[in-house]
Amino acid sequence: MSDVVISVRELTKRFGDFVAVDRISFDVHRGEIFGFLGANGAGKTTAMRMLCGLSYPTSGSGTVAGYDVMREGEKIKRHIGYMSQRFSLYNDLTVWENMRLFAGIYGLTRHQTEERAAELLDRLNFSSERNTLVGSLPLGWKQKLSFAIATIHCPEVVFLDEPTGGVDPVTRRQFWEMIYEAAEGGTTIFVTTHYMDEAEYCSRVSIMVDGEVRALDTPLRLKQQFAAESMDEVFRTLARGALRGE
Amino acid sequence: MVAIEVHNLSKCYGQVKALDGVSFSVERGELFGLIGPDGAGKTTLFRLLTTLLNADEGSAAVDGLDVARDYLAIRSRVGYMPGRFSLYPDLSVEENLNFFAALFGVTVEESYDLIAPIYKQIEPFRKRRAGKLSGGMKQKLALSCALIHRPSVLFLDEPTTGVDAVSRSEFWDMLSGLKEREITILVSTPYMDEASRCDRIALCNEGRILGIDTPEGIVRGFDRRLYGIRAKNMFALLERARTATDIVDCYPFGERHHMVVDDGFDVERFKAQLGDVEGLEIGGVEPTIEDIFIKLMKR
Repeated sequence: MSDVVISVRELTKRFGDFVAVDRISFDVHRGEIFGFLGANGAGKTTAMRMLCGLSYPTSGSGTVAGYDVMREGEKIKRHIGYMSQRFSLYNDLTVWENMRLFAGIYGLTRHQTEERAAELLDRLNFSSERNTLVGSLPLGWKQKLSFAIATIHCPEVVFLDEPTGGVDPVTRRQFWEMIYEAAEGGTTIFVTTHYMDEAEYCSRVSIMVDGEVRALDTPLRLKQQFAAESMDEVFRTLARGALRGE
Repeated sequence: MVAIEVHNLSKCYGQVKALDGVSFSVERGELFGLIGPDGAGKTTLFRLLTTLLNADEGSAAVDGLDVARDYLAIRSRVGYMPGRFSLYPDLSVEENLNFFAALFGVTVEESYDLIAPIYKQIEPFRKRRAGKLSGGMKQKLALSCALIHRPSVLFLDEPTTGVDAVSRSEFWDMLSGLKEREITILVSTPYMDEASRCDRIALCNEGRILGIDTPEGIVRGFDRRLYGIRAKNMFALLERARTATDIVDCYPFGERHHMVVDDGFDVERFKAQLGDVEGLEIGGVEPTIEDIFIKLMKR
């Protein structure tokens, strides 16, 4: 297995005359927590859609989880995990039913599903909640479960799209501890957020402005580079120069 | 003079207690922030105060008028910007503004001086459909529409949610400008770092108010020592620090972990207990609103 899980070169997406994503290039390594930041309208969502196999680039090249971003969108979808704050689990299904549903979508066999579900429930200390309706779980548990289910098919990389928006400070931190732990275990994390303190938790951070990746480094080196006290300051310095809105 | 008075307000949706005996008051001309995550009851409170919903228990008054009895009078005096974009996407910027002016029986000209600092920024796009505006521009149009009838009290429900850090900061600058026009503003946000832009704040969680004070007063209420720690491997540091003596709490906080300690805490002993940790740094830090929120939530 290669150490590089995402590798893109000059990836571009045009909508008519509008260049939403303009020649972005970067590599994401195994076990990294890669923060993907940008102002509203910078092209983050469009870029993320291309990386998740939901939209084909206009030009450029690259691979995600070993598959070609220009041709193999369907294969990419099968080999990545995805979680967003807006849509995660079905409240009217039990913990186990949610697991079975997503495992089924990803094509796991019945035997594989049983095995993975037991493994995840055990790791979360959740086995006693197997038949509990997800809607009745506290938010923190839901989030943990949601992340676990995003990894039910053992994806090479998990995309987290603003996973902590509107979440209370305690739960938000519990969630990040889980991400830390997963990354320690070798899972690659690709995450977007509006909370600048969360940018600090990433191994490396990229910041998009006007369709381009304008900065990419560890939080520490970005702060040095921009002579900034915090990632918030780095972000503001870059985003203030933005020419386009959402 | 009091602009908003809330007394023991409660509201249930089926089994869910959205608001659980909330009381507070807002002075005229105050910029008052409701700070809290999803599910804190912020939107329910806005809907009760703007007379769109009736409370199960308790009472509330806006501008001296009772929300249950004088609801019609209240509606003409308050401006309300709901959390979701509430304008007509198929009408142009200008048409939206005229529409809201007509609803309240005023003209755009009459209120132009009030909305100008905000509206001027989007006026070049006045023929554009509202649905085609950027997030930041939609926000400015929604605020202009909420102000068109010169309300005395303005209710803004999470105006900055999902908005990037730069646009958020600009929005707060606009609110500071309105405050100078003596408009009372009740604004909610899930972002703790925005609390410092308010005169006073209420920290809310799960239908209750955890504390009310000025941002400085809230922070002064943190009665324990707080340290910031960092090392090369932050996750390992977090797990090890939690097992040391006299640690009340330890949690990630941006580039450092924050560590709340008991009186008996000793830095040297702590370092010795951690053992060999590469790149360890430790130092006292000032608490923030978020530290207080975490403390109140865990109590």
